[in-house]
Amino acid sequence: MLGLILRRLSISAVILLIVSMLVFVATLLLPGDPAQAILGQQATPERLEALREQMNLNDPFAQRYLHWLGGLFVGDFGVSAASGGSVAALLGDRIAASLVLMALAAAISIPVGILVGTYSALRRGRAGDHAATGISLVLAALPDFVIGIALVTLFSTTVFTVLPSVTMAPPGEQVWDYPSQLILPVLTLVLVVMPYIIRMMRTTMIEVLDSGYVEMARLKGVPERQVIVRHALPHAIAPVAQVVAIQLAWLAGGIVVVEFLFRYPGVGQALVDAVTNRDVQVVQALAMLIAAVYVVVNLLADIVGIVTNPKLRTGGIR
Amino acid sequence: MRTLIEQQTEVALQATDLRVATALGKEILHGVSFTLQRGRMLALVGESGSGKTTAGLACLGYFRTGLKHVGGTVELSDGTDLLALTDAGRRGLRGGSISYVPQDPALSLNPAMRIGTQIMEVLRVHGYGASEQARRNRLAEVLTDVGLPNDAAYQRRWPHELSGGQQQRVGIAMAFAFRPEVMVMDEPTTGLDVTTQALVLQTIHQLVTTHAVAGLYITHDLAVVSEVADEVAVMLAGRIVEQGRSDQVLHDPQHAYTRKLLNAVPDLAGRHHIGEVEAVTGAMPIVSRERAASARVATPVVAEPTSLLSVADLRLSYGTNAVLNGIDFELGRGESLMLLGESGSGKTTAARCIAGLNDTYTGSVSLAGTTLQPGTRQRSAEERHRIQYVFQSPMSSLNPRRTIGESVEVPLHMSGTFSRKERRALVLEALDQVQLAASFIDRRPGQLSGGERQRAAIARALVNAPSVLVCDEVTSALDVSVQASIIDLLRTLQVETGMAMVFVTHNIALARHLSQRLAVLHAGRIVDIGPTDDVLENPQHSYTRELLTHVPTL
Amino acid sequence: MTTIDTATEAIAVPPGLLRRIIRQRQAKIGLVLTGIVVLVAVVGPLLLPWLTGYTSTEFAGRPFQPDGVFGTDNLGRDILSRFLGGGLTLLVFAALATALGMVLGTAAGMLAAYQGGALDGIIMRGNDVLLALPQLVFALLAITVLGPQGWVVVLVIGITHAPRIARVTRSAASAVITEDFIRASEMYAVPRWKILLKDVLPNITGPLMVELGLRMTYSIAAIASLSFLGLGMQPPTADWGLMINENRIALTVQPWGVILPVLAIAILTVGSNLITDAVARASATVEENK
Repeated sequence: MLGLILRRLSISAVILLIVSMLVFVATLLLPGDPAQAILGQQATPERLEALREQMNLNDPFAQRYLHWLGGLFVGDFGVSAASGGSVAALLGDRIAASLVLMALAAAISIPVGILVGTYSALRRGRAGDHAATGISLVLAALPDFVIGIALVTLFSTTVFTVLPSVTMAPPGEQVWDYPSQLILPVLTLVLVVMPYIIRMMRTTMIEVLDSGYVEMARLKGVPERQVIVRHALPHAIAPVAQVVAIQLAWLAGGIVVVEFLFRYPGVGQALVDAVTNRDVQVVQALAMLIAAVYVVVNLLADIVGIVTNPKLRTGGIR
Repeated sequence: MRTLIEQQTEVALQATDLRVATALGKEILHGVSFTLQRGRMLALVGESGSGKTTAGLACLGYFRTGLKHVGGTVELSDGTDLLALTDAGRRGLRGGSISYVPQDPALSLNPAMRIGTQIMEVLRVHGYGASEQARRNRLAEVLTDVGLPNDAAYQRRWPHELSGGQQQRVGIAMAFAFRPEVMVMDEPTTGLDVTTQALVLQTIHQLVTTHAVAGLYITHDLAVVSEVADEVAVMLAGRIVEQGRSDQVLHDPQHAYTRKLLNAVPDLAGRHHIGEVEAVTGAMPIVSRERAASARVATPVVAEPTSLLSVADLRLSYGTNAVLNGIDFELGRGESLMLLGESGSGKTTAARCIAGLNDTYTGSVSLAGTTLQPGTRQRSAEERHRIQYVFQSPMSSLNPRRTIGESVEVPLHMSGTFSRKERRALVLEALDQVQLAASFIDRRPGQLSGGERQRAAIARALVNAPSVLVCDEVTSALDVSVQASIIDLLRTLQVETGMAMVFVTHNIALARHLSQRLAVLHAGRIVDIGPTDDVLENPQHSYTRELLTHVPTL
Repeated sequence: MTTIDTATEAIAVPPGLLRRIIRQRQAKIGLVLTGIVVLVAVVGPLLLPWLTGYTSTEFAGRPFQPDGVFGTDNLGRDILSRFLGGGLTLLVFAALATALGMVLGTAAGMLAAYQGGALDGIIMRGNDVLLALPQLVFALLAITVLGPQGWVVVLVIGITHAPRIARVTRSAASAVITEDFIRASEMYAVPRWKILLKDVLPNITGPLMVELGLRMTYSIAAIASLSFLGLGMQPPTADWGLMINENRIALTVQPWGVILPVLAIAILTVGSNLITDAVARASATVEENK
């Protein structure tokens, strides 16, 4: 089992390495001089040269890549072209703010999604199932900003005006000091992510419930609750972990739109600003960060799959 | 078992006028009645779709998704109607006093639960014994009963760490753990090798007789029925058409369907003739000895001194796993050779090497003196035409998105020498040879029955007039009556076209019905080869002898 | 279901995939919903300025006034005109991106499944690398480097769809490739491209159609999202996503500038998802009948 996990781990590391190359090569395609972009048109040649030296722009490409890659490991993400400050300082608070948003959304949508999906599967073909599948079908189709705007229209502008539609934390204070401001962004993310978990959970559960071993458990006289908890659910965990992983990874990208919509001071909004300003260092850092989240989450899902499958666990692969 | 027939007649379960319908209201069981008695076994026999499993599951008050009970009763020995009980009431009986042995243990054992735990679960759910220790003791006892090791290490195994036969024994142990009054067994030996099957049947027999269990044995295999059952009920399309003591039903069938079914069962001794056509090929009498004289007359005896196909030192391995360990045989013109072997013996691999479907072998395959290249793509068009291959499952061997005509035409298309009109004429001729009407040319596989599809697949192999036809388990996916008609067809074709045939199968009972020579394959080697009668009557290898003692016969 | 007479071995003919799709109620609803939005998006630009008196970029008056049917937007342009003129680019771009993704993904997936071995490994590992960046982040990276232009958006959305489609294609094709009719074609030395085209492709149309529907829905969402972020279509183009971005500050004063495009996008994506779901159900029943 350990061998399998180690193998999976090394694959993840290789993927991240290739992604980092991809992200770094992208900068080469960019026209213009980053030092010029930071200092502006009026900069003296001496200052430009000094900054180039400082940013290692005169080094050969491979060396710059390695330097940048090494920096990633020690939290040195380079210098922002737009603000001239260090990228790490710029992102510090924002990463925490985004993580809060993601964690809250995940903490709500995963258990609720699994419960609703299981309920739907157990009530297959009845009213409750039809309602759950119908609603998740519609929600799954809607782009995140559509859901967000619908919620804003409903709760903070046109119909009711009970919740704030934008996040406005005074400087120096944290977003989580204002919980009411978190409700709509979190709710939007939950509504975007949950339908997929519900649908996957339902499909997987139905498949498992129709399996020979669940039928056998029933024919053994095992009580229905025990059939579901001991015979059905364990088999649904691995495939659902995969979907949850994909959804968590999606959250890492999906917060971009939601943060922009609610003006939430997280990495998503920073990314949009950076793209608008063509601030390459920041975009690179954020792309790597999000890719890392994706790879780690997927790795965890695979490990869950390996641990819950005795065939893989005992190494008895036919 | 037969000694017990007159001794005990206590009724354990009585099903009366059982009716089951689909959710849409279409009835699929039309009033089925039968009685199960202690210490005796009733076999419920029928072909696929006859409703035998549905009837068996109804004895446990269980109906699969999409099916519902619409009439009839299942009374137990104490007179309660199982089907009138609540869900909880039925559950209390399932696995307790009425238990079930599933068809495919590989699917029915929970892959994420140790086998000991799965058997213990039955005991716990139904509250066996006074203590956990009593249950542990029973677990060890029941494992011994079914002939498995009962040590703690074995109990901690996962289902995937067991062989098919062992998995089925665990299934039986699970069903037997609580000492049930009634055991319903749903084709428990399908998919097992003959030898394993014989041992499992023996175990079942022992349990039923020594513990006075009432057994219901669901099967499609009449030969197995004669081995295990005291009584037989024959099912056809949701009805029991004939019911009685097994020796009576099997030897003096009253209903036309039972007779048809019995006639279709191939027997090892070749006493009767399956199918309808009486043509026999080659020098050896294949089927009925009485008919042998007339058959010989109708035979195009081609006494060819040189062999047509010759296989020499065929070897193949996947990694360290050797599948073929050196196979040699010769096949004469117009001759039919049976390649007999159990699963894993390498028979299909050997057949595929001959046809060029598997090109990683070493050794040689020669056709009329020319050594062939390993892969079909390296062989010449002419060589490809002369060896044709028919696949096991007709459900899989025809592209569902193409018409039968298009599929049959492929070999002609690839030879590239025929016009569209010629191709169509040849396709029609091939369809005619396999007794399919011309109208089939525009149909798709989905509109055909299994037997019709297999005929179409054979037509595709015939369209180029091959000299060798390799048939890989072509009847194993078919019902016994369809199998008989396909065997009959192959026999006829061999006579008409004079082609040689390699017939790969696991079913030794077919030997005398089809082949002049028989080769027994075991662990990638031919252990016995010779004229069919010689091998069957005077087997040289211990494996062949073992096989012959275990084959169930009517 | 039609009756099957086991005695005579007659097998009922299953109705075609399309008929089974249309027969479902949700497919009909989906077709109507998508139909309405597509009609507006396609016919809308042709009606301008005849219907509203303005083109989609012409100034009609002062910003956020209730002039005309739905009022004016942030720069004082007629909202109805911008709405009618703003859907076509979204549809065309989404269709192009989807088509690109389908072609790339299907080809890669079928090749990976059929050839196996090293090629399979390379294609699938390449997939993993592309999948490690969420679609939107990938798009943002490309836009940073290449600028917010139409072709960049189509290309990057198409390319990011490809690995997901390739995965689905590969698993569907792998199941088909184990079937004996593929081996039969191999045996008759049918050229490999012909096997892929005639034997494999027709048997995976079910999952591919589902994928087509899903990817179309996602393309619409992704392209509209980029415009909404101000990184897709650039002003002064009339575009639904961009309209939402421009007018959302005045949601309380002049909601139509946001609500019209949001509604249109919602109806479009829900409609296409309903159709997709109907396709999925229909192709699942084909599998059962096979």
